[in-house]
Amino acid sequence: MDAIGFKFILFMITALVVIVSSVLMATRKNPIHSALWMIVTFFAMAIIYLLLNAQFIAVAQVMVYAGAIMMLILFVIMMVNMDKGDEKETTKASWLFGKKMAAALLMVILLVELLFGALFYRMTARVGDYPADAVAAAGNAKTVGALLYGQYLFPFEVASILLLIGIVGAVVIAKRNK
Amino acid sequence: MFQEIPPSLCLVLSGIIFSIGAIGAITRRNVIVVFMCIELMLNAVNLAFIASGNAFSSMDGSVFVFFIMTVAAVEAAVGLAIFVMVFRLQGTVNADEFNLLKG
Repeated sequence: MDAIGFKFILFMITALVVIVSSVLMATRKNPIHSALWMIVTFFAMAIIYLLLNAQFIAVAQVMVYAGAIMMLILFVIMMVNMDKGDEKETTKASWLFGKKMAAALLMVILLVELLFGALFYRMTARVGDYPADAVAAAGNAKTVGALLYGQYLFPFEVASILLLIGIVGAVVIAKRNK
Repeated sequence: MFQEIPPSLCLVLSGIIFSIGAIGAITRRNVIVVFMCIELMLNAVNLAFIASGNAFSSMDGSVFVFFIMTVAAVEAAVGLAIFVMVFRLQGTVNADEFNLLKG
């Protein structure tokens, strides 16, 4: 078992979990079940980020995506209190079969394109200055912080303005006008 | 041989997740599930960025993913606010019945 490392086995198991839970998310009738499978997907992707030496992004994924965004979505689902999804009409047999055939065809085309790209495309880029063990020795969050406040300061400030606009906009949109 | 994770495998996984999200966003009619599939597509792109950053010893992947997450959070807040408003007007969450702009 020296040819296959532990990281690789863990990556394959987690990748399988991601694919299965995302397919389950996209196909459930009940939107709360979809939201719960989405949370499983986000946790599995955080594990993959940890395997790829991106510790800060893994924690941010759990906090922002699985924490804040999914909580927001669950709140809205329960506030709107939809019953089982409201997708019951137009389930004539021919319509359903046509939809399934279209989805299957699209999936096959996308997957063939994907395999083609993965097999015949060579990744060529200039190697950067942050090897994984040096970053891990200095601290991943510290390196990302140094970059955000150094080289990427202007996008960071613009992102904070964007967040402010989003907060104000969400309150303004959802307010009941008297 | 397989001590480290090969980046092409991560990119294949990213593509698979993206196609699942794309087909879910096209096929489903419940607006909340469409929104969740859009978030899944954004996550697939995040995975591609981090895999490339790991493959080329660069931290640019992590910084880009940071900004993508910021934009996704803002989009979630504003999109769900719009959704709540439309639900108040229409009373349904089926995307087939949002046809106020229809000529």
